[in-house]
Amino acid sequence: MSTRLATGGRLLNKSKPVTFQFNGKQMSGFEGDTLASALLANDQMLVGRSFKYHRPRGIVAAGPEEPNGLVNLGDDGKFEPNARVTTTELFDGLSAQSQNHWPSLEFDVGAINKHLSRFLPAGFYYKMFIHPRPFWKYVYEPIIRHSAGLGRAPKTRDQDTYEHFYAFCDVLVIGGGVAGLEAARSAALSGARVTVIEQTAHWGGRTPVDGGEINGAPAQDWIDATLAELQGMENVTLRTRTMGAGVYDHGYVLGYEQLSDHAPHKAGPRHRLWRIRAGHIITATGAIERPLSFAGNDIPGVMLAASVRDYVVNYGVSVGDRTVVVTNNDDAYLTAIALKHAGLDVPVILDARVLALDSDAMAQAKALGIRVLMGHAISSVKGGKRVTGVEVCSQAGEGAVLEEISCDAVAMSGGWSPVVHLWSHCGGKLVWNTANACFNPDPDHAPKGADGSQFVTTAGAASGSFQLDDLLNDAFAAADGVLRCLGMKLPKGAKSSKGERREEAPMAPVWLMPQGASVKLREKAWLDYQNDVKVSDVRLAAQEGFVSVEHAKRYTTLGMATDQGKLSNINGLATLAGALGEDIPAVGTTTFRPPYHPISMASIGGEARGVAFQPIRRTPMHDWHEANGAQWEPVGQWRRPYAYRQGDESTHDAVMREVTNTREKMGLLDASTLGKLVVKGPDAGKFLDMLYTNMMSTLKIGKCRYGLMCSDNGFLIDDGVVARIDEDTWLCHTTTGGAESIHAHMEEWLQTEWWDWKVYVANVTEQYAQIAVVGPNARKALEKLGGMDVSKDALAFMEWTDGELGGFKCRVYRISFSGELSYEIAVDANHGQAFWDALMVAGNDLGVMPYGTECLHILRAEKGFIMIGDESDGTVIPQDLNLHWALSKKKEDYLGKRAHQRSHMADPNRWKLVGLETTDGSVLPDGAYAVGEGTNENGQRNMIGRVTSSYHSPTLGKGIAMGLVHNGPDRMGEVLEFPGTDGKTYSARIVDPVFYDKEGEKQNV
Amino acid sequence: MSDPVSALKNAAYNAGIAEISELGAVGMITLRGDLSAKVLQKAAVAAAGVNVPDQRQILTEGQGGMAWMSPDELLIMCAYEDANAKLADLQEKLAKTHALAVNVSDARAVFEVRGPDAREVMAKLAPVDLAPDQFTTGMFRRSRLAQVPTAFWMPQEDTFRLICFRSVAQYVFDVLCAAAQPGSEVEYF
Repeated sequence: MSTRLATGGRLLNKSKPVTFQFNGKQMSGFEGDTLASALLANDQMLVGRSFKYHRPRGIVAAGPEEPNGLVNLGDDGKFEPNARVTTTELFDGLSAQSQNHWPSLEFDVGAINKHLSRFLPAGFYYKMFIHPRPFWKYVYEPIIRHSAGLGRAPKTRDQDTYEHFYAFCDVLVIGGGVAGLEAARSAALSGARVTVIEQTAHWGGRTPVDGGEINGAPAQDWIDATLAELQGMENVTLRTRTMGAGVYDHGYVLGYEQLSDHAPHKAGPRHRLWRIRAGHIITATGAIERPLSFAGNDIPGVMLAASVRDYVVNYGVSVGDRTVVVTNNDDAYLTAIALKHAGLDVPVILDARVLALDSDAMAQAKALGIRVLMGHAISSVKGGKRVTGVEVCSQAGEGAVLEEISCDAVAMSGGWSPVVHLWSHCGGKLVWNTANACFNPDPDHAPKGADGSQFVTTAGAASGSFQLDDLLNDAFAAADGVLRCLGMKLPKGAKSSKGERREEAPMAPVWLMPQGASVKLREKAWLDYQNDVKVSDVRLAAQEGFVSVEHAKRYTTLGMATDQGKLSNINGLATLAGALGEDIPAVGTTTFRPPYHPISMASIGGEARGVAFQPIRRTPMHDWHEANGAQWEPVGQWRRPYAYRQGDESTHDAVMREVTNTREKMGLLDASTLGKLVVKGPDAGKFLDMLYTNMMSTLKIGKCRYGLMCSDNGFLIDDGVVARIDEDTWLCHTTTGGAESIHAHMEEWLQTEWWDWKVYVANVTEQYAQIAVVGPNARKALEKLGGMDVSKDALAFMEWTDGELGGFKCRVYRISFSGELSYEIAVDANHGQAFWDALMVAGNDLGVMPYGTECLHILRAEKGFIMIGDESDGTVIPQDLNLHWALSKKKEDYLGKRAHQRSHMADPNRWKLVGLETTDGSVLPDGAYAVGEGTNENGQRNMIGRVTSSYHSPTLGKGIAMGLVHNGPDRMGEVLEFPGTDGKTYSARIVDPVFYDKEGEKQNV
Repeated sequence: MSDPVSALKNAAYNAGIAEISELGAVGMITLRGDLSAKVLQKAAVAAAGVNVPDQRQILTEGQGGMAWMSPDELLIMCAYEDANAKLADLQEKLAKTHALAVNVSDARAVFEVRGPDAREVMAKLAPVDLAPDQFTTGMFRRSRLAQVPTAFWMPQEDTFRLICFRSVAQYVFDVLCAAAQPGSEVEYF
């Protein structure tokens, strides 16, 4: 059984006991524990079930490579699925639930899947779910859906907050082990701005566990001294609990800082996503131990050898009383020795190698009285929910059992692989290292920046240097090289820290144990614990023709779980190479993609949640609208009142009331959101003639003209009223959504094509609150305010003037988008609300009411005015909307003119704008299509038109619509059929799109 | 004429790691033109009360000031009530040159972020190197604050002033308050 030892545990604060719950069971641990070490201390070997077969699974590792120990953490607003027990720091009151089990962790129904494993081979999903088709819907999906999935989805809104932080440095060191610290120390000596980030809460990495001396003193002393030195340097920033998640182009790195996961009651954000720009990145990310592939290597109690050592040394936890060590290298002997020193039993070390001479480690183990069997292997691990023993065999054979040894833990080591993820994210290549049987970063093919120079360098074990002396030298050399890249240098006399060297015998690659393992054993030799991929599955994939490692990965799901194959990748591709009879480097690796270890989605969102999810633009009168019943409509990022509801009335009734009131009395519209661009300069007229389809240079000062804008492909992109302000100056109104894009459109043409034209543009949209005063009583209201002459003689339709109304400095445009007598009045935004209030008072006995965008839409539709975004959709040209009158024939050129001559644009068969009136007065569904005779090549009914806008007109007491119809204007009076999505078919007659006041008398009074 | 009302009516937040406040109406004039032209420089200096700043710089004097916005754009600052008169004067002086001057006082909101952690609050939202030796008083930066455009400078150490569009003033206030929430010190600078 696993338990807490009386001594040891260098990371624990034993004066601070902590209680927590696992599956409702009360347990205890200490401050400094991880959830994994605390679970093991409480003899909780079984922590989860595997994804496919629901096999019992225990903790395998002690770091981010852990594949099995995933839990649902916390409750309600603090709930998080798939939390990794090895990277979750213990805190008082922590509550965790194991995942992927039903009905309980101890007794799981899904585990029968394992008896069906013969019927669930690699590629099972691809093979099974093709035929018969109905089986998918009625049989497979309901069952698979029930049994699939890991953690639960959160059901309550996350109560924590998150943030970003932009940081800049010359050298970013990722990893705070001895190599990272040495690289940082060396780089910092030059005066460079250095930032060091370390994913755990501790500095020094695993060296304090593995031992060895640096500069003649115990490694921990050197770590403490170096840390103190770095902390004392102004140019150095040190962050623990901050993981390097991804490396991107231009020296960009995402760092993931966990601020309060270990202390959930701490004030402030939970996670901080560091967005770092570094001149150069040093990845000192260490190495990960590989498992060995033998039958039963997934039974709880089988663990990586170095992790067994970590639990003993760091947390004072023994995984078992009797631990069998199985290895192909010397490093695992350190575990046996550490266990022995902790007073635990190591019945045997099974070493797959056959060495001529005992290595130092071997001699040391033997001196401690540990039995060492060279050339031996595990044939099979005994046990179900925990290890009970191992069957020993020869590595060279097929698994014939020579001896059975009882034990409650197995410490395995298949060698070490450098963590090359961050090196690889931006294109760093790998090279196969035969001596260590792993992929090392290839310094000749480093990630390169925009200038072709290297911007990522590895240091220490991440380079493939596993010996203390090598890795410190490597880290120093890395810092030296990086400084050169940055044009800086080490001070004279700076030298590398000296690590102790251990003489080691070479490791021997072992990809299957025993090497001739039978199918029966291979079917129980796990490669990917989380996704249940075995040696037999990868072999089957190879046999079925999946020779590319990327294909085999997807076919078998190897390395596709939440651990992204940190333990399984190298073993899996070595297995694939073996099955294909290829060299491992010829098979290659799959692609390493960020993040290195999962990061919270919320940290990516940062502050962008709740009210700050996206900017909402507010006009100066926004609060008034809100207080007066506005139902909001999003228009771009603006919120505009759709309608103002009074009392209990429905939104529809409010709209109808607003239309009638505006037509009969007086309405106010907040038109502040419409774009206002000032265009000035000697060439401004020429410029606007190019941008608009009609002529703007001839517009007289004091006059307004409606204009259309097309893209250079001829499509209608915007419309609005242009006012000539003075000889050199025009003011262009755009649609609400078009203010920024048309401004950018103008700047682009001015900066890239017509850079020599003398024109300046300024976007003054937000300088003004603009209010449309509309309806027969509009003039009376303005006259009540007084201050300027607003009569027809003084200010005729399509004219503007500057003046004062009710004491407000203003510019008044006599323009109308409603067909009524209408003034649009612009005042400075800081006076907008006061002016609105003044208009409401002045209009009080004239029947004034505010109206919203839906009323605006109906008013304009009754007049047959088009709306950008309704009648246009990016595929419509002015000719489609019968706007030929706005296409100047006098101008030699304008944007869109040539495009309009293309055959498709000039095609008489293009659908054209018409009015539509249902035969029974009902409202046509918006967007409905008109159907014609026959069917197309796909067997669909032929379409001959579609509805672009549709409303109930209270003025006319019936439904009115506009639409684009094939040969529409030539088919006046014809009745078309529009099938709705409600199952009904609507009949509508083609009519003139101008339904109201065809002569335009009302707006011109 | 009514009293001018700024977007957030001088809203303030003082419970966090930095003090956030909206400063109320500030006079601002956008001036576009040939920045090397003597006539433009003279007119701009007369309006702003300070010299023409260098690239990415700002100069201030009392309520007056001038910021470099782009190779052909300056931002002149003054008391809100003086903006129209200054604009008229500018336009008159520049009548014979190709230049554009417009009043943008009402199109903007101005905020101040104060306190020893002001740099950190800003660095959570703007992708700018705000290290004390990299961003100093006198510098002016056009960038973004979370999702909206902004321009900012430091009138003195520990104080930022930033300009955004009026319509997004509430958003800017909200994200600044979030970035200044209690317990969110980064301890980086």
